[in-house]
Amino acid sequence: MNRRLWLWVPFTVVAFALAIFGWNLANPVDRRVPSALVGQQFPPVTLAGALDPAAGVDATLLANGRPHLVNVFASWCVPCAAEAPGLTLLQGQGIDIVGIAVHDNVPDLTQFLAQNGNPYSRIGMDFNGRTQIALGSAGVPETFVVDGRGKILRQHIGVIEPDDIATLVADIRGAQ
Amino acid sequence: MITRIIILLALLLGPAGPAMAQVDYTNSELADPAQEREAKALMDTIRCVVCQGQPISGSNADLAGDMRALIRERIAAGEEPEAIRAWRVSRYGAWVSFKPELHPSSAPLWLTPFAALIAGLFLIRGRFKKRA
Repeated sequence: MNRRLWLWVPFTVVAFALAIFGWNLANPVDRRVPSALVGQQFPPVTLAGALDPAAGVDATLLANGRPHLVNVFASWCVPCAAEAPGLTLLQGQGIDIVGIAVHDNVPDLTQFLAQNGNPYSRIGMDFNGRTQIALGSAGVPETFVVDGRGKILRQHIGVIEPDDIATLVADIRGAQ
Repeated sequence: MITRIIILLALLLGPAGPAMAQVDYTNSELADPAQEREAKALMDTIRCVVCQGQPISGSNADLAGDMRALIRERIAAGEEPEAIRAWRVSRYGAWVSFKPELHPSSAPLWLTPFAALIAGLFLIRGRFKKRA
């Protein structure tokens, strides 16, 4: 091939690399870590109840024929307080919301619920984060849509914004 | 009322009970140096899902600490490091492992060096011919 033409090869390669860098700078990578358990059965976890010891979280209870929302949260988590009105709205629609409190303690949690309302039918205490890891959850808040047979249909990462409510309601209605 | 107080106390002290009987391995090493080496090697190659560029061995995030404790407990119980890695990958996907495996999405990572080598040999083929 023509030697002149060969000289353009490194230039083209560098221009291509710079174009990729530019594109990635303009479109930041999605830093969210989705759970690999979406589409699979909720892991077999058993958690002590936070306020009522009898109302702990047990994976077998999630497979009781009714769909659930499982909300991973914590009293120390500021965005979790921000999504409390959203959860209250969802509970108002007759949706059963199960809470998993990560790295929390009963006094702080009691205060958090008194301030932000308690939309949960039951709250399990995940003192050492083991349940969060078993769920493939990478942070708080996260919400899992679980169908009546205990299968995880979808994972909502981050705060439940007003715009997300309709989708979550549709998910739950679809699961019935 | 008294029952409630007892329940509350049990809840408050409950988690402390097993924690006292069993060492919290979040930041303390295993007694057996060989097991600790195994655990450390695994922790160095598991990505923290919170501070994503770091391995869990060097992260201060709560979730990384939880995972360190879990790894040490499982190693102490005799589980193979690769089995623990596979379990972790089954929860968060292949992304959490710093030890890349060959699968369709990572194929370019493995094949590019070979392609570059072949391209390089092709480029210098003329030089070999002249010597001979």
